[in-house]
Amino acid sequence: MFFLTIEYLHIPDGFLSLLIAMICWVITALTLVLAIRNAQKSFDERLVPLAGIMAAFIFAGQMINFPVAGGTSGHLLGSTLAAIVLGPWLGILVMTAVIALQALLFQDGGLVTMGANILVMGIIPALIGYGLYRAVAHKSQRVQVGTAVLAAWLSVMGAALLTALLLGFSGTSSFRIAVPAMLGVHAFIGIGEALITAAALSFIFKTRPQLLQESGQAAGRGWIVGGAVIILLIVLISPFASSFPDGLEWVAAENGFLNTALDAPFKLLPDYTIPGLGETAVSTIAAGLVGVLIAAAIVIGLTRLLRPKTDN
Amino acid sequence: MHINSFDRYEQRHSLVHHLDPRTKVVVTGLFIIANVLLPDGAWAAFAAAWGLVLLGGWLAQLPPGYLIKRSFIVLPFTLAAVTILFTLPGTAVVTFPLFSRTITISDTGLIRFASIVIRSWLSIQAAIWLTATTQFPDLMHALRHLRAPRLLIAIISFMYRYLFVLANEATRLLRAREARSAAPVGKNGGGSILWRAKVAGSMVGQLFIRSFERSERVYNAMLARGYRGQLLTMNPHVMKKRDWRVLVTAVTLIILVQIIGRL
Amino acid sequence: MPIIHPTDKKLLQTDNGAGPPTLRVQNLSFSYPDGFQALKNVSLTIAPREKAALVGPNGAGKSTLMLHLNGLLQGSGALEVAGLPVAKPHLPVIRGKVGMVFQNPDDQLFSPTVFDDVAFGPLHMGLPVDEIRERVARALAQVGMDGFEDRLSHHLSLGQKKRVSIATVLSMNPEILVLDEPSAGLDPRARRALINLLRDLPLTMLVSSHDMLMVQELFPRMIVMDEGEIVADGETAVLLQNNDLLEAHGLERPSLA
Repeated sequence: MFFLTIEYLHIPDGFLSLLIAMICWVITALTLVLAIRNAQKSFDERLVPLAGIMAAFIFAGQMINFPVAGGTSGHLLGSTLAAIVLGPWLGILVMTAVIALQALLFQDGGLVTMGANILVMGIIPALIGYGLYRAVAHKSQRVQVGTAVLAAWLSVMGAALLTALLLGFSGTSSFRIAVPAMLGVHAFIGIGEALITAAALSFIFKTRPQLLQESGQAAGRGWIVGGAVIILLIVLISPFASSFPDGLEWVAAENGFLNTALDAPFKLLPDYTIPGLGETAVSTIAAGLVGVLIAAAIVIGLTRLLRPKTDN
Repeated sequence: MHINSFDRYEQRHSLVHHLDPRTKVVVTGLFIIANVLLPDGAWAAFAAAWGLVLLGGWLAQLPPGYLIKRSFIVLPFTLAAVTILFTLPGTAVVTFPLFSRTITISDTGLIRFASIVIRSWLSIQAAIWLTATTQFPDLMHALRHLRAPRLLIAIISFMYRYLFVLANEATRLLRAREARSAAPVGKNGGGSILWRAKVAGSMVGQLFIRSFERSERVYNAMLARGYRGQLLTMNPHVMKKRDWRVLVTAVTLIILVQIIGRL
Repeated sequence: MPIIHPTDKKLLQTDNGAGPPTLRVQNLSFSYPDGFQALKNVSLTIAPREKAALVGPNGAGKSTLMLHLNGLLQGSGALEVAGLPVAKPHLPVIRGKVGMVFQNPDDQLFSPTVFDDVAFGPLHMGLPVDEIRERVARALAQVGMDGFEDRLSHHLSLGQKKRVSIATVLSMNPEILVLDEPSAGLDPRARRALINLLRDLPLTMLVSSHDMLMVQELFPRMIVMDEGEIVADGETAVLLQNNDLLEAHGLERPSLA
């Protein structure tokens, strides 16, 4: 099932229009400037070895998988874990290094699309993951771990949605199919990410709790707001996005703008074929519902599982 | 895991290998951007661009087919673009029934899909070419001296160095888990999904703690050799006349491909 | 606990009889933030060109002591390297004088290539480019790794990594070489190569080790630490005859067949 791989979020070159790729690069670059400044303030000279080795850790951590069902396995993506344990700024830098190296060394994700990939897999998860976590940083360990489950799952969903949107706006994919498909697939991928993130977090709680205390104060409460806004956007956009006009209109507009396409050597006909994946509104709502149920089940299951055995 | 499984560099003594890495980075970057700019269905330009890729591979003495073999990594993602086959309006090329509906593939959809896949396939070959002919540390030097943020490059260099160390540690953890994952004959071992996730998560947690402690030791080792927060490096490369010549030729060819695409 | 002071006064004398000792530690004590007292009133002096071994069980305070020598940790007491007190304003100079090699070469070698790593020290000392290149070439030649400049650190064997680790501090022209467990984990051939290298390097050395055979072979002087204290300091040949001392501190007398 190559459909169910993490690589699905690493957008290769050629799949985004230059305009979209550049917009993403600008957002990413601005965020990175902030991240570098803030991380340097908190970590000073330690920043380079710490961030570099943590990036290598995320890479190595992505190798650790566990069998889920039917031959598929759960993976760590790591963005949420990095943001929670290291704080959002360092987390973003670490994920940036991971994504850059994967693109430069393994061609996993493109170069022109790297800005988009960092936005998708580094910045959005940091906002959602750390935002949610920051809101409960002073609560009990169980609440924190439970929240991390939700945060990790939502981060994956956010990343999937943004990827689908970027592909749609680039005219590479149809909103009506890509949005529910990406969300549906990643509702499952997100489970693996959520479970591993929570289990790793509770392990760190046991061995180095002071690390988490530090990261809980690593950034201001503004992150809570930022995270909430992004989550709200996901919830609001996903049903609507599937009824966006297809890439075509966008591409047409863009063509005028960038003058990238030559006139098609064929005629555009008005007969519009209907995509084969059913009523989009229904499927989106269904995917959303399944997702919410799964998330609830995970939170309940994990709080049970991670309950300390010694105290009654 | 063997360390070499991460290496993508092909040791050769070709013209390309001896170029300044900055030349190669700039050429690869321009080539990929130019690809993205090529219009849909510009078959002649696509062919010309592929010609450039082949030329690059030949000049680098890479075995024929080397770039193509490695470029298949992009295949899974083409799935993301498959949908436009069916959704772009145009003249029907193929029509078939599926689940009591009629699915139509249009010519516009087909052209657009093929163009996306080709652009992506050309771009990834260029990226593979760059990695195969440039040692990763040289690539980092090049990016640093092309004014990429120093700090970020330093972080990526550190990551590259410790990739191998930590991947080996992860492999040891995985092996230890495997060695203890016995299953009764004829049954599935391994407990519930939650339990399995917890085991994997603990391994990740352990790896994190070890990595964090390692970063402290490495920081000490850096301080011991005079590090005071400014990471200095020497640029071992010089742009020679040959580099400029190659750069100008490559840019000319890339522009030529663009012109072919817009004729 | 038998405390043996150096009986041979010559061990403490400098070569030329003038100038400060390479290393002087006086009444050094240190506690970690969690309250654990790792060093108790440690005093020792090492003369130029002297090669001394630091032995004792794990947790005896050997590594903690070493981390003090270039100011990575700062306890109470006096510390001087070649007459220069180890204090904040002198640290950049001190760190060039104390060539500290950590136990795990993967911690010591943090740059992607051998050249970058050996050049790191001189580069951060602010030396001119030509001199850096010359020092890198010389340091690598000294450890028998010339020609490895462009190699990637992760492609080296453990023995090669250990030798490059030593080159990374030799390139700073240190006054004293401080090595933590240099022979740990090496196969016999790599260990032999390392011992030969250490023997031939004409430098002052303080080397911690559990490898008593190497200690016997290489180091005329042996300093025994246990529970944060120096419990014995003297001629290796003499101390190794003291069964009570060795047994009390979990050391084994090397037995050559």
